[in-house]
Parts: sequence; C-alpha cells; structure tokens
Amino acid sequence: MTEDGTTVEGSGETATADRSDEAETEQAVDSGESARRELDAESASLVVEDLRKSFGGIDAVDGVSFSVERGSLTGLIGPNGAGKSTTFNLITGVHEPDAGRVAFEGETLTGMRTSSIANSGLVRTFQIARELEEMTVLENLMLSPRGQSGETLTNAVLPGLRGSVRDEERELRETVWETLELFEIDHLAEERAGNLSGGQRKLLELARALMLDPTMMLLDEPFAGVNPTLEEKLLDRIHELREEGLTFLLVEHDIDLIMEHCEHVIVMHQGQVLAEGPPAEIRSNDRVIDAYLGEDV
Amino acid sequence: MSDADRDAATAPTVTDRISEEVREGDAGLIALVMFGVYALFTIFVILGPSQGIGGIVAALQAITFWTALYAMLVLALNLHWGYTGLFNIGVAGFMAVGVYTFAALTAPTGGSPPGLGLPLWAGIVGGMAVAALAGALVALPALRLRADYLAIVTVAFSEIVRLSLLSTSLEEFTLFDGLAVVPDLTLGSGAGRGISMPINPTIPVKSLYYTNPMNPASGSRTVVGNTVLPAFASIGVRETVVVSMTYTLVLIGFVVLFYVLLRRIGNSPFGRVLKAIREDELVANSLGKDTRMFKVKVFMIGCALMGLGGILWETQRGFTDPTSTTFRPLQTFYIFIALIIGGAGSNTGSVIGGALFASLLFQGPLYVSRIFSKYIPTGDAPSTFAAALGPLGSLDVTPFLAYTLQNISSLRFVLVGVVLIVLMHRRPTGLLGHRKEVASSIDLLDREPRQKPETPTAADGGGRDD
Repeated sequence: MTEDGTTVEGSGETATADRSDEAETEQAVDSGESARRELDAESASLVVEDLRKSFGGIDAVDGVSFSVERGSLTGLIGPNGAGKSTTFNLITGVHEPDAGRVAFEGETLTGMRTSSIANSGLVRTFQIARELEEMTVLENLMLSPRGQSGETLTNAVLPGLRGSVRDEERELRETVWETLELFEIDHLAEERAGNLSGGQRKLLELARALMLDPTMMLLDEPFAGVNPTLEEKLLDRIHELREEGLTFLLVEHDIDLIMEHCEHVIVMHQGQVLAEGPPAEIRSNDRVIDAYLGEDV
Repeated sequence: MSDADRDAATAPTVTDRISEEVREGDAGLIALVMFGVYALFTIFVILGPSQGIGGIVAALQAITFWTALYAMLVLALNLHWGYTGLFNIGVAGFMAVGVYTFAALTAPTGGSPPGLGLPLWAGIVGGMAVAALAGALVALPALRLRADYLAIVTVAFSEIVRLSLLSTSLEEFTLFDGLAVVPDLTLGSGAGRGISMPINPTIPVKSLYYTNPMNPASGSRTVVGNTVLPAFASIGVRETVVVSMTYTLVLIGFVVLFYVLLRRIGNSPFGRVLKAIREDELVANSLGKDTRMFKVKVFMIGCALMGLGGILWETQRGFTDPTSTTFRPLQTFYIFIALIIGGAGSNTGSVIGGALFASLLFQGPLYVSRIFSKYIPTGDAPSTFAAALGPLGSLDVTPFLAYTLQNISSLRFVLVGVVLIVLMHRRPTGLLGHRKEVASSIDLLDREPRQKPETPTAADGGGRDD
C-alpha cells in the first residue's frame, strides 16, 4: 500500500490531518496488510490486488488491495466518491480495470464477463435497487437460477423438449415460493416489481440474488431507504445466511451498523484503501476519523 | 390449470390448442376485431361504386390479405422490439434480403437476370437463412453498443440494401468466375429492371385450381378448380379473387405459426431473459445471463421471420424491383405504427395492430375516397393546393374535396400522425401493451398440491390475494 503520504497531500480536506498521527496510521495499515497476506494464503474467498480505474483523468479507484475471508461479513465503508461502487463494478466485470487483478476462490475474475462472474458464485446487488420493473416479483425470482435448460432456444420452442422445461420450471416454482416466504414477500408475488416500495425492492433484490445460489454476495448499500424494522429483518437474514457459509462484502454508509455487525472493516478514501482491520481498531484509527468521520458524518 | 397444462404438453393436438385459444379469449378477441373490420368494409363497399357480393368478397379478401401480411411482420418486430427492446428500424431491409435471396435461388437459370432455378422450398429456406445471417452481420457489432446505435445501424443497413439492389453493378454478375473446381454462377438483382419470380408461393395455391399453375390461361382447371371456381362465380366472385382468397388462407396459416412460435419463445425461461434484457440488461448480466448470445439469437430469428414475411408479401406478384414500397424505410415505419397501435410486447396486440393498421389506416382511406368520388366528380380536380383552397372563399367546397380525394394516399400520413398523437396521449402502451404476459412455461401461481398441507399459511392462496 502506497497511499500514506500521497493520500494526505492529494486531498485538500485531509491535508490538514495532524502529522503526529501518521505513525499510528502507518501501523494500522501495516497490520491490515499483514492480515491480508495471511488471508491470501489460507482462507481468502475474494482477493483484490492493486485494482486501478480512471475515468477521464479522475482516478476513481487508485491501487486498491484487500481480501475477504471466507464466511466472513466484511464491511466496506468510505465517504461519497471514495470508489466503493466502482470497486464493486470492477470486481463484477461491469467495468474493466486499467490494472490489477481480482481472484475469487482461487480463480482470476479479471477479464471475465459479468455473467460468468455471477455464475461463478459471486453475486452482487445494486446501490439503487434495479428491479426489472415490468416483470412480476415471481418472474424476477424465476429469472435467477443458473443453468435453466429452458434458456436454450430449442428447448424453449420445440414441442418434444418443452415438456422437460415445464417439469424443471415446476421445481423452480417451489424454490421461488419458499424464498418468497422466507423473505415474507409472498403476498407480493404477482405484483409488478416497479410497484414495490423501496424496502420491498431491497428484499426482492436480495431474494433474487440468493436464487443464484451464490457462495459470496456483494451488497451495495442494502439498507438505503429501508425502515428500521425491515433493516433488522434483512440483517437477521444476512446473519442466517452467513451461518450457512455464505461470505458477504457489504458497502454501507451507516458506520454504527458496520461496526456492530461486521468482523472486518475496510475503509476506502479517494480511490484507495485507507485502513483495514477489526471494527475496534478502525474506530480508534485517527486517520479514518479525520478522513471519513470528520468530514462526512 | 396444472393438469390441463400437463395434458397439453403430452398430447398437444391442433383442435385442443384452438379451443384453448378461444377459451382464453385471444383468438376470440382477434375474431371480434376482424368481424368489426369486415362489417365496416361491407358498409364501405355497399356505399361505394362497386356493389354486389363479388365486390364485398373482393374487398374483405383484400383487407384480410393485408392484415395477414402486416400481422406477420409486426409479430417479427414484436420479437425484437416488444420482447427484447432491440430497436430495429431496418425491417424493410431484412425483407428485401429475404425476397432477393428467394428470387436469386428460384429464378430460372436462363432468365434475365438469371437465378439458380431451385425449387420453391429452397428459395424460402434460403431467403430466411440469408436474412438471419444479414441480421447477425448487422447485430454482432451493434449489439455491443447502446440501443440507439443498433437503430442507426439497422436503418443504414436497410438503405444500403435497397440502394445496392438499384445499382447497375449488381444487375448481373458471375460468381466463381475462372475457378476450375466450381462452375460459374451467374446471378443478378436486375437493378432497376427488377427481377421476375415465376416460381413463388402462389404456385402451389394455383395448382389447386389449374393444371398449369405457371400460366392458368394456357391449361385447364383441375377437379377442385372445376368445382370451386364455378360455385364462387355463381355468386359473382371472380376467379382471381378465389385464388387470392386461398393464398390469404395460406398467409393466415403462417400468421398462426408466427404467433405460436413467438408465444413459445415468450413463455419460457428464454423469454424471461429477453424480458430482463428489455428491462435492464446490466441486471440480467449480473444474474449470470450472457445477454449477448440471447440478443444475437433473437435478432437472427426475428430477421428470418422478416425475410419470410417479405417473401410471402412481395413474391406473390411474380415480379419485384427495388422501387417497390415494400423495401422503403416507410414500410418499416408502417410496421412500427401497427405495433405501437397494438401494443409492443403483446402478440395478440401485434395481430390486432396489424389488422387495424392494414384496414383502417392503409386501406380505409381508399375505400372512403371511393364512396365520395361516387358523388363528387374528381375529373376536374385542381392540381395544386392553392387552386383547391381558392374557391373556398366563395363557399365552393367541391374543388377542395375533389383535390383531397385525389390525394387521399397522402392524407393517409396525416391520419397516421393524428392516430399516433392521440395514442401517445391516451394510451401510450398501445391497445394491449398493458397486458401481463407472464414469461414462464407454467402458471407460476399454481403451486404443487403437496405443499399445501405442510405449510398451510404459505399455501394460503399462494399469494393470489392482495
């Protein structure tokens, strides 16, 4: 990680950071890095190495490296424009990185198509819930499952083959209804996704992503615009899934929430990783407080 | 429903399907619209100059003919634009590719321009295949870009095709010239001279009635011809009208095929992905669907159907040239209007849109003008708009009406414009575009019965309420 001096100098607002804190910060970063190295060797599910992307001269993501431990609930925080969503887009192949590498379960994802990345078990949700508005909640969920034979044109159209597609769809229908019940949106099954409230959309999006049977989920602000009761419900669901072995990387603005629920936190600022470590460590990291908490909250 | 579905899957007979269609109301709806159109045009003919049963039958046959042709192309466009959101404004170009490939394959080897002299079916299959390939050629680079670029590329393609066909350099050319292994192959578009298609889809229809279908006058009638034609003649229906009616029946058969194919594509996991691409391609990608393959496949199928539609439309005259309105961008525009009227995304809407466009907007003005021309002499109609307006000052409306009637085909555009504006205000989704056509091969609300006793609350109507 090279963001030490440059980050501070490069940003107008954080340039005022007290120089005397630098030694401490350095330590925090170092401990984060050593933690990452350990993860690389053993239990890392997702490894991001020196990812870079610039849009027209602006370095949106400028040398980001981190890793996410298998089965963990890792938080990714940072002020607006820190590059969190761009990092998600780079990981999921929506944008192609200028440099760097992403590996998931030992497999290099860089250069792969978004669809192939999703099919490898790494599934994301969007910051602003992107529903397939004209499709019903049921259709939204039926769309997800991998390897549906009816997605092949001949199977969909030819009379002899259509029967087995129907059988497969009947089985899927059951899973879909079970998922709808789990998320308590079964009463909305027939509703157009576009008619759902903000919170319901978030539930739908999570349910839809789950239908892909992922091993890791990237959640981009899953609680934005969600009322506290629903938020609680979503968090319960996430913890349950985690116990079943799913890995989560969570982008969130609510720091208290991240600190309470995540065991590992990555802080991004101006396209770089500012600090990484367990919540308690991050909470007491002066540089994080200056750069992030100080100006944004 | 579930049992009925399963039965239909195991033993799908034509009669079953038709009766199911009528029950579900879509065939009934189309029949109702056609009945209304027929009633209106019967009145038009009775009010107009040519009366008698023969005149009515000829008019209704013409309306049905145009309805069937438009319905086919609107359905094909619905697959592109309505289902998948692919903005193809080069429909006429793909029709032209189908027609000219058909012509080149079936025209006699000694003709001018010469063809390959292949049989009818080879021409149809070849025309569809080449139209599909043209679709792939256009789509592959453009589909990776944003939707608007596909629109630009397709409209450019359709004009390139039309202007190339007009070019004299393609009038007659030889393939494999000088190659020892392959025999020389002389083909041509005929350029402005046009190309004749003695073998065309009307030949099998004519062979039903005539022993020499290529030239009915030189041969005699078949047994069927000897029975059917005099029977119709006795009620005043001309022979050509009977032959056209039979061809129209064939066209209706193709409309049904198009419709069934599209419904199967739509109501399947494949169709679900298409719908997702239309809504938000990034989401579809993020859910593991390789949308590019879906888009290319669907674009090729749609183009093949457009090629087939073009063949059935244009070759029945036995001759075509690049100046034909079928190949002009205007034709694409007409097909879009019909789809917008019917409602993009709905197959039934596509057929009804085709019917309403072909009858009310396309043929209607002509029939209405015929009624008026019976009462207003158009022979001395003024030749300019100013001359038509002038006498209005002295309250003489006859020259203005006469002028209007003489230019009724231009007035059609005004009518189309008005219809579009009203539609955009009142019903932007078209007549049936609001309908929910669930993209699945099964009824998603119909859950397996075994689930109900286990989880009584969940199975409580399976979410049917609310």
